[in-house]
Amino acid sequence: MAVALVMALVVVASLLFHFLSPWRPTQIESNWGFIDDTLTLTFIVTSIGFVAVILFMSYCLYRFRHQPGRRSTYEPENRRLELLLGGITTVAVIALLAPGLLVWGRFITPPGDAMEVEAVGAQWSWSFRLPGADNRFGSTDVRFIDANNALGVNPADPRGRDDLIISNGELHLPAGKPVKVLLRSIDVLHDFYVPQIRAKMDLVPGMETYFWFTPTRTGQFEILCVAYCGVGHPQMRGTLIIDSGSDYQNWLAAQQTFAHLRKAEAF
Amino acid sequence: MHGMIMVVYMLTAIFLGGFGNYLIPLMIGARDMVFPFVNMLSYWVYLLATLVLAASYFVPGGPTGAGWTLYPPQAILTGTPGHEWGIILMLSSLILFIIGFTMGGLNYVVTVLQARTRGMTLMRMPLTVWGIFTAAVMALLAFPGLFVACVMLLLDRTLGTSFFVPAIVEMGERRDYSGGSPILFQHLFWFFGHPEVYIVALPAFGMVSDLISVHARKNIFGYRMMVWAILAIGVLSMVVWGHHMYVSGMDPLFGFFFAVTTLAIAVPTAMKVYNWVVTLWRADIHFTTPMLFALGFLVTFVNGGITGLYLGNVIVDVPLSATLFVVAHFHMVMGIAPVLVIFGAIYHWFPKITGRMMDERLGKIHFWITFLGAYAIFFPMHYLGLLGVPRRFYDMNDATFVPHSAVGLNIFMTTMALFVGLSQLIFFYNVFKSLRHGASAGGNPWRAASLEWQTPETPPGHGNWGKRLPVVYRWPYGYNIPGAPDDFVPQNAPLQKGEHAT
Amino acid sequence: MSVMAFFFIFVFSVALAFLWREGVLEAPWLQEGEIAAYHGNGGRPPNAAKTALFIFLGVALCLFSLLCAAFFMRMGSYDWQSPPLPRILWFNTAALVASSGALHRASAAAKEASPQRMKIALWAGAVASLLFFFGQLWAWRQMIAEGFYASGNPANAFFFLLTGAHALHLLGGLVALFRTIARAALEKPGKSLAATVELCAIYWHFLLAIWLLLLALLVGWADNLGVICRRLLT
Repeated sequence: MAVALVMALVVVASLLFHFLSPWRPTQIESNWGFIDDTLTLTFIVTSIGFVAVILFMSYCLYRFRHQPGRRSTYEPENRRLELLLGGITTVAVIALLAPGLLVWGRFITPPGDAMEVEAVGAQWSWSFRLPGADNRFGSTDVRFIDANNALGVNPADPRGRDDLIISNGELHLPAGKPVKVLLRSIDVLHDFYVPQIRAKMDLVPGMETYFWFTPTRTGQFEILCVAYCGVGHPQMRGTLIIDSGSDYQNWLAAQQTFAHLRKAEAF
Repeated sequence: MHGMIMVVYMLTAIFLGGFGNYLIPLMIGARDMVFPFVNMLSYWVYLLATLVLAASYFVPGGPTGAGWTLYPPQAILTGTPGHEWGIILMLSSLILFIIGFTMGGLNYVVTVLQARTRGMTLMRMPLTVWGIFTAAVMALLAFPGLFVACVMLLLDRTLGTSFFVPAIVEMGERRDYSGGSPILFQHLFWFFGHPEVYIVALPAFGMVSDLISVHARKNIFGYRMMVWAILAIGVLSMVVWGHHMYVSGMDPLFGFFFAVTTLAIAVPTAMKVYNWVVTLWRADIHFTTPMLFALGFLVTFVNGGITGLYLGNVIVDVPLSATLFVVAHFHMVMGIAPVLVIFGAIYHWFPKITGRMMDERLGKIHFWITFLGAYAIFFPMHYLGLLGVPRRFYDMNDATFVPHSAVGLNIFMTTMALFVGLSQLIFFYNVFKSLRHGASAGGNPWRAASLEWQTPETPPGHGNWGKRLPVVYRWPYGYNIPGAPDDFVPQNAPLQKGEHAT
Repeated sequence: MSVMAFFFIFVFSVALAFLWREGVLEAPWLQEGEIAAYHGNGGRPPNAAKTALFIFLGVALCLFSLLCAAFFMRMGSYDWQSPPLPRILWFNTAALVASSGALHRASAAAKEASPQRMKIALWAGAVASLLFFFGQLWAWRQMIAEGFYASGNPANAFFFLLTGAHALHLLGGLVALFRTIARAALEKPGKSLAATVELCAIYWHFLLAIWLLLLALLVGWADNLGVICRRLLT
């Protein structure tokens, strides 16, 4: 009796917690509302399952608890019931999966007009690189990394000379434009994550990964590293600042090109 | 360290090594495992592996701080604690463990395949044996993945080969590696790592089926479906490992494949849950301590299972991966749920092991604290994950997206965890007290039908069955068969005149 | 990864066929009384050691499939440079073929109950295996002497890894083989001994098959296969 009640109360308490607690997903600030929608869909479908199963269980616990003279019914199998339940589950799973895969397809294909920025992780800080006036990145290799060239840009590559190097961990982006973030790591695995953006991706040394998003509102957000990368992992923070168009241009104009940095440091 | 010890050295070892060794011979009517010598060897190698692992606390630099995933390059570089000796000992210990386990695993599989007593067909085995058997087969196929990964990482660390480590600059210093692929390690690791989840879960599934059936005095509903579901989960779980790597930088097209296989596995798993619950329908439920633990398993497993649907569905995983949502999910589904089964199983089989009952009152107190306490720790944790709070952070600093109230929740979870941890002393007290002063159990205190309760002596003597091996005449779930005088019929009871097995 | 796909298709088909034969579709609550616990093999339980060996071969096959899969994945990177293989490998291959053949003869002789021929064949197999083993060590020495260190290039590293893993399996087999030889010297020939010799022969055929596959990988015959695999994936 009490057991049935407590089990039912666990369900009720879980639902109450969900609807009453102050901890909700962080306000979204990018185009990935679809991700939140699939999340909501998953919540609805799975919660119905959870509530139905556990409440049914509680009812059984109450209704068929041992009492003097009770005997259970011998029923090894019920093919129709099993097919029915299996069918419902399959439909529910497909209902979750299909939209999920559609959105994933969108997630991995950045729009053609997306502007590119590069985020580079190192233990335990973020640096960024913009392609500069020619809109193309210079090639890179860890062999070129030294005190004056933290990102390993190839000094011989003309495309790299006008690349803008941002080493203070503060990336500015214009609102409303799709951005493809190219990710590179020079030492260990890192992961670029801004909770408000929703998207995230690992930085893998030795290869380049990417993800894309469109910031929708101006503001200042934190960039976290969420792939455990050593003792300084929690301190590996960056700042993402979404600017309006003119603010962004001002910031852009203040950044130094790779060629400029090399010259300045050569003196 | 915590993850590796819990998942490999504790859960795998208890379910397969502990319960597997004890229950398989008793449940299939064998005198012992087929290769007792190999079995002993396996145990000593396992012990050696744990000692090597424990030794890493006493070497310069301490144990490895690379998490249980041991991802290179960080696992072997200077930014991670224990990169000097800790990681070497961890890898060596795992290699030893796998060698020991392979010996043990061969034993379980061969014992089930060839030591069954007369009349014990595969389809007359209790689901516990099916679970352990399938898990052992999976483990034999999955552990080589970890083995290869460990050996290659060990070579990278000691000989300077570049299997997994590409050309990198570490703390401003160029290292001599080149061209290695960290993703390759992740593939190998999760090739083991995901089946490992089910290696732990399948024996738990099996035991819970038996616990529910015995204490609800009813045959398990849909036995065949349960067996097929175990097999289907076993097969599918070998091809879902990529869902741990959706945002790892692997080819994003794999995301489609692994999302489909991962969500497909939800169907057989859900079928098992339905069958457990339907077993309770028109049953005769006794709220004994083992039954309570089985019910607790149902709640936590269903809860943890459905959050798996979030993480398995590739796009939903993107914001949630590497947050506390993941931590909450896997603690619920493969921390709390299997541990509840372990407790339930100990309360259930303790009378057979020792001949004495455990204290029911203490057992129930232990259950309610553990079940409700653990649920209260991990259920709210999901919501921190939804906020975006990452795992493996000891300090959020001043992250603006985390409201201040989350700190309060964190304190609550920590206090709760300490409280639940301490309350386990009740269990140990109960075990030691019952060993000496527990009420005498008799041979079959739960009036169970399966073979392990029908031994001539309790606790079973050497060779389990006295002079003659039992003969099996029916399936292990003969509860409340219409027309039978008693509410259970043991597996080794010959057919009575005019009886039909329907 | 296609390597693993082939491996799983193979293993799961075998497992499914076995379960099918053992009646995994039957409804146990409808079966009355004592029924045969085992199907196939005349209703008797299968031989324990043989079952164990086959399962172990499955595990070893899994291990080598994984190594091959890793080989193919790693081979694609820019820094891969296959080392020239020591010539002695060809001699070693011949030795392993000989030892596998000798054990096959030994098994046949054991079944025909001709202990003398069996003992000679067993010894021949053991000697040839030892030749293979020391030949492999020699190959390692030669690689190192010529400066092809494991740390130098992933291709070198894989050479040591693959040959090393294979040699360890061979060493384990040699322990069993020498125990069998000892038993053959002490015991009267009989069914149990013949069964053990048969197991040795099976294991050696497996070692030979794996070695030929590895050799194909190392020589580069499998490169084309790797290219096909990668094309399938991308």
